[in-house]
Amino acid sequence: MVASPQATPEHEFETQDLLINVGPQHPSTHGVFRMVLTIDGEVVKDVVPYIGYLHRGAEKLCETMDFRQGIGFMDRTEYLAAHNAELSYVMAVEALAGLEVPERAQWIRTILCELNRLSSHFMFLGAFGIDVGVFGTPFIYAWREREAIIDLFEEISGDRMMYAYFRPGGLAWDVPLNFKERVREVLKSTRQGIRDFDELLTQNEIFRARTEGIGYISAEDAIDWGMSGPSIRASGVPLDVRRDEPYLKYAELDFDVIVGENGDVFDRYYCRMLEMHESVKIIEQCLERLQPGLIVPDKMPRMLRAAPGEVYIRTEAPRGEYGIYMVSKGGNRPYRLKVRSACLSNLQALRQMSVDQYIADAIIVLGSIDIVLSEVDR
Amino acid sequence: MKGIAKSLMVTLSTFTRKPVTRDYPNYHRELPERDRAFPLLLWDKEIDEPFCTGCHACERACPVECMTVLMKDNPNHKSNGGDSSRRKIIDKFWIDYARCMRCNICVEVCNFDAIAMNNTWQGHELSVHDRKDLVMDLEQLLVQSHVGAIKEWVPVLGQSNETNE
Ligand code: SF4
Ligand code: SF4
Repeated sequence: MVASPQATPEHEFETQDLLINVGPQHPSTHGVFRMVLTIDGEVVKDVVPYIGYLHRGAEKLCETMDFRQGIGFMDRTEYLAAHNAELSYVMAVEALAGLEVPERAQWIRTILCELNRLSSHFMFLGAFGIDVGVFGTPFIYAWREREAIIDLFEEISGDRMMYAYFRPGGLAWDVPLNFKERVREVLKSTRQGIRDFDELLTQNEIFRARTEGIGYISAEDAIDWGMSGPSIRASGVPLDVRRDEPYLKYAELDFDVIVGENGDVFDRYYCRMLEMHESVKIIEQCLERLQPGLIVPDKMPRMLRAAPGEVYIRTEAPRGEYGIYMVSKGGNRPYRLKVRSACLSNLQALRQMSVDQYIADAIIVLGSIDIVLSEVDR
Repeated sequence: MKGIAKSLMVTLSTFTRKPVTRDYPNYHRELPERDRAFPLLLWDKEIDEPFCTGCHACERACPVECMTVLMKDNPNHKSNGGDSSRRKIIDKFWIDYARCMRCNICVEVCNFDAIAMNNTWQGHELSVHDRKDLVMDLEQLLVQSHVGAIKEWVPVLGQSNETNE
């Protein structure tokens, strides 16, 4: 915009909008993400997000890989909740290959997915604390709790983040003998951790003043933008794939879908916080019902072949609906693979949430969507 | 004000807890047996040669194509007066650790249990000045198993533990 050189009597000062570039290498953008803010004084007038810095072509790569090889790449599309990402992929393969997953494998999958949700939400709480300006304390506390869960994953699958543990048909290998005790142990510290966070942040007046009433998005707009997960539930839309289209063992489990009211940043934070209590509840029920049994089907084919056809499988990942659209023309690799990532859709609403907010709040709004850039760009 | 006081109580109660951090380079925590660092070749102590026959199965299955395998006739084979039943044996083997994505597939496809994921700290502490130094040759891949510095865990795929619970 060009400022007018002549000051008219009514307008003593002509002000100019200022463009501010945030990212791509910026600690608050949770990865490699760039947004250009147009600000007027301290108020954000426009946000233009730029994505694609982390694009690795994982979908295309998977089309050249057989089903087992593809799992590793799915882990890397969603590195904070790799179990959930793998799950959609192997479920799509199972649907195409007509595999029936045994009971035990399903229970273990449910437990691991919920544990992964916990670890991912801890990561969110910690990172969100930093965005809000409480450097250090919540972040370190979150890592302490997350570490316990990740240590458990390492004992089970051998890796801390890229598990490659779910396989078409079931699991790669069985869990260790002390699995149940270890999960109970982790849950105990997790419960304490959630309580700590609740007291540390939720009731803190400074935290609330900083998060309440900003980054508002209405239920209608959230639906229109295709948001999902805790970000849409905070606006009062009770949308949860686990409840609406139960997969794994969720139909037999008793849990609540946490729904917020105000659709602001605080609600998006608080929904996740309450959801963690639900996850703990789910895992406890699963542990009670986990029985010895098979972890892959009896008649597992040596060479996995998918029938020609197409499927769309959606599951509830920590950040929302993680969908896999897979087309097969027979053979042992997908003909076409498309990942429907929750983060990409949630990110669309960023502009609507941040316009007319203060610039200091723009980062909080971004943090409240809980983006993982590797999932956005794939 | 009450909320802030409560928050301070949380930090205070943490202050009295035992620290959970570890003094890393000086102290190494014990790794679980299933820990997956990078693939290693195993040494057959009975016959004193590698298990690997150079069959290329792992090379073909590796999703990132970071392995190179060359085989040769085994000079120690029975027909040559040796005591090994392996007709072919590994000649040269390279794994580019910089490319490996630690997916465990090579371990799963090997029919001779000749390869395993390194579950020791040596597999994790791999800082080098040049990426080329991360391309491991046969000798480097075998040495840990040869000197008995690794207690490998080779998963039995799809087998459930019936004794669990
Ligand atoms: S490690 Fe196993 S699969 Fe790979 S070449 Fe050697 S014997 Fe074959
Ligand atoms: S672990 Fe995976 S990526 Fe690494 S060498 Fe083995 S097959 Fe290749």
